Amino acid sequence: MNTLEERPYSQLEVVEHQPPRIEGDLMEVSMGPQHPSTHGVFRMNVELDGETVVKLKPVFGYLHRNHEKIAEGTTYLGSMPYTDRLDYFCSLTNNWAYALAVEKLVGLQVPERAEYIRVITAELTRLINHTCLIGFMVQDMGATGTPLMYAFREREKILDLIESLTGARMMCNYMRFGGCRCDLPVGWMEEARKVVDEFPRFLDEYDALLSNNEILMARTQGVGVLGADLAVNAGMSGPMLRASGVDYDLRKVDQYGIYDRFDFRVPLGDHGDCYDRYMVRLLEMRESLKILDLAMKDLPEGPITDPKAKVRGFRPKPGEAYGRIEGPKGELGFYLIADGSPKPYRYRVRPPSLVNLTVLEEMCLGHKVADVMVILGSVDIVLGEVDR
Amino acid sequence: MEAPSETCNRVREAFGDEAVELIENASPCAEHSLLVKPAFGLKIARWLQQDPELQLDYCSNATGVDYPDRVEVKKDKVKRVVDGEETEVTEETEIHHPGCLEAVYHLYSISKKQGPVVLRLRTEDRGENVNLPSLTPVWRSCELQEREIFDLYGIVFNGHPDLRRLLMWEEFTDYPMRKDYEEPDDYEYEPTPHDSVLERVKSR
Repeated sequence: MNTLEERPYSQLEVVEHQPPRIEGDLMEVSMGPQHPSTHGVFRMNVELDGETVVKLKPVFGYLHRNHEKIAEGTTYLGSMPYTDRLDYFCSLTNNWAYALAVEKLVGLQVPERAEYIRVITAELTRLINHTCLIGFMVQDMGATGTPLMYAFREREKILDLIESLTGARMMCNYMRFGGCRCDLPVGWMEEARKVVDEFPRFLDEYDALLSNNEILMARTQGVGVLGADLAVNAGMSGPMLRASGVDYDLRKVDQYGIYDRFDFRVPLGDHGDCYDRYMVRLLEMRESLKILDLAMKDLPEGPITDPKAKVRGFRPKPGEAYGRIEGPKGELGFYLIADGSPKPYRYRVRPPSLVNLTVLEEMCLGHKVADVMVILGSVDIVLGEVDR
Repeated sequence: MEAPSETCNRVREAFGDEAVELIENASPCAEHSLLVKPAFGLKIARWLQQDPELQLDYCSNATGVDYPDRVEVKKDKVKRVVDGEETEVTEETEIHHPGCLEAVYHLYSISKKQGPVVLRLRTEDRGENVNLPSLTPVWRSCELQEREIFDLYGIVFNGHPDLRRLLMWEEFTDYPMRKDYEEPDDYEYEPTPHDSVLERVKSR
């Protein structure tokens, strides 16, 4: 079992400070939708007793554009670029999840080289997501600027790589059913190797800057605790689930793609609080770097798309499939029903961000209003995906 | 992981033959699903969750599907005597397939690391009888997803703790993900207090 090692903070005692209670009215506060730390347009109706949260109801739908309906009105390939817009931080993993679902539906094989490129791009995406998430989370805590800018500096290096590979920084539209759109450009590998080799230095710096920071520890330890049983029952996924100590990583469980070939560990938390969520993500990045190292070492030559894959006249036979991957935010799934026409009869996105918000109220109850932002930051949501 | 047909047989043993039906999936992944009678929905869900073989403790995905009413025209060639002469005539018969709304659940087991088991529940029709049992008491993860199904498909989940629209606004009346949904000309239109004033101005 890979649990978090060396947790110097765990010996610290939490001092319960209970000020004398003053009876008064409850105050209802509408946090958001235009609030800088809601990561988009997300609203919470919070009922406060003094500064303590006694009730919290999330309100969704400010960014709703009925992604699913639009995708049902276009061809299978037509919605590939639209999946980029779901979670605009991780468009490559979105592409992969959708391609995986369609490949499952039709039974396409992906060539070796494409599988390796998919793993490399997905892990780069995970690095981007986790660095920035940590930056945003500490920004919500009041660490204005520095950590987030450090994260963005590193993100930009990876985005440069992704841009030279796919032509776009964020809206990549890179994967295709049965492979990838284009091969690696000349010299890409050397550039990527440089970035990946330098990344651990940044992680060490980040770790040294934040992990033992007293303010970060005070604000996150014991805040937003989520037990393992509730986490499983409420469908948490990704780092949220693993921070509660549940060993469930789809890269290990489903072993989609070629993840069975890489040796990596799954970091687990044991308190299920915000600090564990932060730490799990930090450790996950180190594991991602390991996978990247291995994948870049044995990237084979060969074709990058299945020759049987059709681009025009793509009409899957009637049937259905549910494909899911371990996205940076959690389990991202696509459920497709085909009826033999060029358009999907049913197209469903299983958004990890939305399902991870199911128990937001339970996590926030009893905490101060300022902690709500930290808890929300640690859940890691993107509204493009929550509201679809 | 046992095959869906085996699961289906075991559910039948426990709840009777009419409770569940196996729906074949023709795609290469061959994830067949269990069509459960709504009356048994909650009981079977609990059974699946607690069954020591399956231990489906994780409901990953819950979604709706719409099957509109469909009319199939069947053409038969029939021999008829017309004006004393026997001729072949094609006769058209219409077969009405009543539509339904469907809720689909993808269940996994985290403790046994297996899955999926696909569970389906169907409503009687698409008009008045659109009630299904809510599985939120069994799996909390259905809470927001069932709200979304209610919002976009109009399936009413009995026993849901907080059944409100999730994505569309409260005053919205239609169900946008249904196949027969017609988009309004003007999404932004809302009746305003000025309407009556404008009417009066026009009539003058």
